[in-house]
Amino acid sequence: MSTLTEPTTPAADESPVADTSRRVGGGLLDPRTLVTSLPEALRKLDPRVLVHTPVMFVVEVGAGLCTVLAILDPSVFNWAITVWLWLTVVFANLAEAVAEGRGRAQAATLRRAKTETTARRLLASGQLEDVSATALRIGDHVVVEAGQIIPGDGDVIEGVASVDESAITGESAPVIRESGGDRCSVTGGTKVLSDRIVVQVTTNPGESFIDRMIALVEGASRQKTPNEIALNILLSSLTIIFLAATVTLKPLAIYSGADQDLLVLVALLVCLIPTTIGALLSAIGIAGMDRLVQHNVLAMSGRAVEAAGDVNTLLLDKTGTITLGNREAAEFLPVETVAAAVLADAAQLASLADETPEGRSVVVLAKRSYGLRERSEGELPGLTFVPFSAQTRMSGVDLGEREIRKGAASAVTAWVRERGGQTGEEVGTIVDAIASSGGTPLVVAEQRHDEPARVLGVIHLKDVVKEGMRERFEEMRRMGIRTVMITGDNPLTARAIAEEAGVDDFLAEATPEEKMALIKREQEGGRLVAMTGDGTNDAPALAQADVGVAMNTGTSSAKEAGNMVDLDSNPTKLIEIVEIGKQLLITRGALTTFSIANDVAKYFAIIPAMFGGVYAGLDTLNVMRLDSPESAILSAVIFNALVIVALIPLALRGVRYRPSSAASMLRRNLAIYGLGGVVAPFIGIKAIDLLVSTIPGIG
Amino acid sequence: MNDTLAGLLQVGALIAALALCYRPLGSYMAHVFTTERDLRVERVIYRLVGVDPRADQAWKTYAVALLAFSFAGVVLLYAVQRLQSGLPWSLGFPEVAPDLAFNTAVSFVTNTNWQAYSGEATMGHLAQMGGLAVQNFLSAAVGLCVAVALIRGFARSHTGRLGNFWVDLTRGVIRILLPLALVAAVVLILLGVVQNLSGGVDVSTLSGGNQTLPGGPVASQEAIKELGTNGGGFFNANAAHPFENPGAVSNLFEIFLLLLIPVCLTRTLGEMVGDLRQGYAILATMTVIWVVMLAAVWAIEAAHPTAAYDLAGSAMEGKETRFGVPGSSLYAVSTTGTSTGAVNSFHSSFSPVGGGLLMLNMGLGEVAPGGVGTGLYGILVMAILTVFIAGLMVGRTPELLGKKLRAGEMKLVALNILTMPLLVLGFTGLALALSGPRESILNAGPHGLSEVLYAYMSGANNNGSAFAGLSANTPFFNITLGVAMLAGRFIPIILTLALAGALSKQATVPRTSGTLPTNGPLFVGMLATVVLIVAGLTFFPALALGPLAEGL
Repeated sequence: MSTLTEPTTPAADESPVADTSRRVGGGLLDPRTLVTSLPEALRKLDPRVLVHTPVMFVVEVGAGLCTVLAILDPSVFNWAITVWLWLTVVFANLAEAVAEGRGRAQAATLRRAKTETTARRLLASGQLEDVSATALRIGDHVVVEAGQIIPGDGDVIEGVASVDESAITGESAPVIRESGGDRCSVTGGTKVLSDRIVVQVTTNPGESFIDRMIALVEGASRQKTPNEIALNILLSSLTIIFLAATVTLKPLAIYSGADQDLLVLVALLVCLIPTTIGALLSAIGIAGMDRLVQHNVLAMSGRAVEAAGDVNTLLLDKTGTITLGNREAAEFLPVETVAAAVLADAAQLASLADETPEGRSVVVLAKRSYGLRERSEGELPGLTFVPFSAQTRMSGVDLGEREIRKGAASAVTAWVRERGGQTGEEVGTIVDAIASSGGTPLVVAEQRHDEPARVLGVIHLKDVVKEGMRERFEEMRRMGIRTVMITGDNPLTARAIAEEAGVDDFLAEATPEEKMALIKREQEGGRLVAMTGDGTNDAPALAQADVGVAMNTGTSSAKEAGNMVDLDSNPTKLIEIVEIGKQLLITRGALTTFSIANDVAKYFAIIPAMFGGVYAGLDTLNVMRLDSPESAILSAVIFNALVIVALIPLALRGVRYRPSSAASMLRRNLAIYGLGGVVAPFIGIKAIDLLVSTIPGIG
Repeated sequence: MNDTLAGLLQVGALIAALALCYRPLGSYMAHVFTTERDLRVERVIYRLVGVDPRADQAWKTYAVALLAFSFAGVVLLYAVQRLQSGLPWSLGFPEVAPDLAFNTAVSFVTNTNWQAYSGEATMGHLAQMGGLAVQNFLSAAVGLCVAVALIRGFARSHTGRLGNFWVDLTRGVIRILLPLALVAAVVLILLGVVQNLSGGVDVSTLSGGNQTLPGGPVASQEAIKELGTNGGGFFNANAAHPFENPGAVSNLFEIFLLLLIPVCLTRTLGEMVGDLRQGYAILATMTVIWVVMLAAVWAIEAAHPTAAYDLAGSAMEGKETRFGVPGSSLYAVSTTGTSTGAVNSFHSSFSPVGGGLLMLNMGLGEVAPGGVGTGLYGILVMAILTVFIAGLMVGRTPELLGKKLRAGEMKLVALNILTMPLLVLGFTGLALALSGPRESILNAGPHGLSEVLYAYMSGANNNGSAFAGLSANTPFFNITLGVAMLAGRFIPIILTLALAGALSKQATVPRTSGTLPTNGPLFVGMLATVVLIVAGLTFFPALALGPLAEGL
């Protein structure tokens, strides 16, 4: 190997640790962001940009038309209407700009991690050459050492290192990356803290994980999601209907002897078309992605976020998701002739050197249940630990005169018999009882000097279901989501844990093939499936699932296959992802309903104002008793514009979501956004009218 | 017995009679459209026409067959009218003018039965029976076909096939419409409706004058006119004519007939999609709208807001004394809520707001309960819209009966909902903007606007009832109304079939507690509200300048 050159990475010193801005609070809308987003909102007035939002495009065309009319026929009223129509468009752009602005702050943080890095490419000859990170191609090998930035996404093929991934995860604790296995993937822009690794690059420049993240949070690669497209179609058709209603109103009005100014008709049109939801639709989508990012989840597409709201079946790995990672000692079950404390004491002694979580839990249980203090090695003379081996399938300790063993039932009973001891039926009964309850029995035996060995009892090891899981699953059930636990355990154990955790179903002794088959079966029944995974063997299932959340600690193939990546690598987060997906759709529905319901009041404001002069009877429709025709129309237009600003926080934060059945959720949202949508504008327009009518030339 | 009580008893009897038929007829229709067995006469027809009755058609094939069949109907009807003088039983009437013949041919094929002519003074018996009455059966059967195809779209999965148009059409006529019409005709004859083949009888009246009493196959045509929600009267006065509708009992029976199939189809829906409660929910929605409209019209007509009404005690102008306000309101709301368009009173003479409500009732898209078949597919399209808006609020991609409503489906639904308002508002605006058509208007001011608005509302919704006053037999109205009827009928049909095709391709998503329930009271309320709000928002400005301006 050639001599190592000192790394010259400018980003190395200013380590790109995520600052707190990455975790913006959900609903906080700083009024200042409205101001700072204003230039961007004005830039979005470009018709070529706005044409992608048909509803707002119609408003802009209307505003342009009104500007011409106001210039030709200037009056306070005409100019007031024109200005407020332009403000309606600006407010809509502002909503989008604010939503994008939040993402941009995150992108800036990420960009710092992406600053030009020099890579040290390992040539076939074994030589190292310094190249720019952008020159790296798939398949290149690079060497990264302590203190250096990993130049690109890839897999560790040699060595092990601790890596600071805070640049992408926001988590400052370093993680271990090593060749082979499921922890081999590294992300460009993260920093190696110790040791030296050789990385095989798996992405070309510009396509790396960080690149994709930046594009995602900035909304640059944002494509309209299926539901958003469908909603846009509906909004466009409503716009066309109202366009027809206002255009044909012109001849109808002429026939009726109440010809209307074009400007008034434009005002009516803008009030009727669903501007509220039209203005906020893209902000809702961006904010939804943003909420996921705040939960440290990266969705590769908005489609996946929507699909999450639709999920019918959740596949959850048992270990780490439903249960704590490891089994714990739950109980000491002594045989009849032995006191429980004696068993606990022996079990503790046998586990002192056992550093596995299971071993630690035995020590802890002994202390908790019998007050047995953990003894250090020095306290006990003549102490020899017997480590666990695959051949003996037991471990233990020799204390001079006394030997203690713990391990699998068959191994320990064989050990006892070898040493002249008897194993009664009783042990078998206890062991079977534990096994059938889903636990793992560990038999403890001892042999004192010259005496036959004897079984002291059994330690009951069991999976510990995480706290609050039962309640989560109960919520899921109310939301209509079926939970399926995936485990490699035998069916007996699986059933016991499934019952304890409260999942609806389980797949025991699961192989990747079976998991895949289960997903396909569910999907054939029309269900949408979500799952998490991290290993390479999870990749096909992750790709098949409708929502596949890969753990960031997982392999790059897993991350490639899934459509979301959880940077915290917390499988439980699937549940939150589902909730965020639902919240996104609910927010859209709520604001659509609100927008349409608003029209009722606007008609009651504008129609009497337009025709009350000719048909006095129509003035009875002026239920708000608005001051004058001009003030009525202007008030409706102003309300229509202001309601957009008023609802930006809701669009960004999302409608409050509590897991409950569809029926009760619907009833609640209908009451708030449907009924509220009918009532609110009556009050709002009246209030604005009271103000507006004081303006000379209007009132 | 006072008027109100009599009216309530009529409504009660009507609902009871419909309730009695609901299950047997609904289930029977479900059987008709699902059974594999053909009747012998049907097999003969299939062989004669040369169709394979087991061929399961994709939506495009189904639609092409339907359109071709309907187009042939238009051509044939047009020819019969144009060649009338050379055909038998012409009663000496000359051939019909081209624009009127076009209008009439379209009108009957589209199940509209808008009549710009006076039946007894224009059409011979061949045109009436062989042309118009035949289309009364066929156009109703076509409506049934589309409804059944859409139901299959919901019921099936992973196929894209909707059944066979020719089989559905044949079965609809032979097994449903013909037997029902036969029974109905006999009952009508018993109730005093005329049925003969005479051209008319000259009689001397008591006062010494001479009068021709027209005759003809009235009862048979009356039966299918109501049953098939057609509405084209044998006489110009339609069901206000005593030979078509002699008294209160026949009046009630005719209302029963025009509501019968649309109401019972909801049961067919429930059975075919395997969820009876879904059928009840749709029926409940239709009933809610019908009852609200009836109550409003009745109350407004019974009240007498102006001095002129005071003389008669209520708004009796244009209404038959033998039916009274309740019998007239009941008929008017039922005929505008279905696509029948038969009238037993003159909607133009209803109080302005009452007349406006009848217009709105058509503007709802005729879904309460709507025409034969059209009512069901119309309200299912509205149900999709409702589910889409409100369904989002439960946090899932909206779905109805296990089918997801995505961009593709919503595009078809949006176009479907657009069609009728564009036709109505566009043509009304055009007619009022041009000086020629304006001369057809009888009354000045808002009532005149109502006359035009009503005509296009009636045409585009394939209702066919008229607001007296408008002289519609002019080339402009004949042609524009003809276009409105054609487009108002077949554009939604094509879009509905395409929708059915898209739905049948999908997998059916199982229902969970996270699914928006579409068969409960909450959904009924929501659907009724959406139907009312969408139509209300669309037509409010136009209605404000017509009926509201006149009435408020």
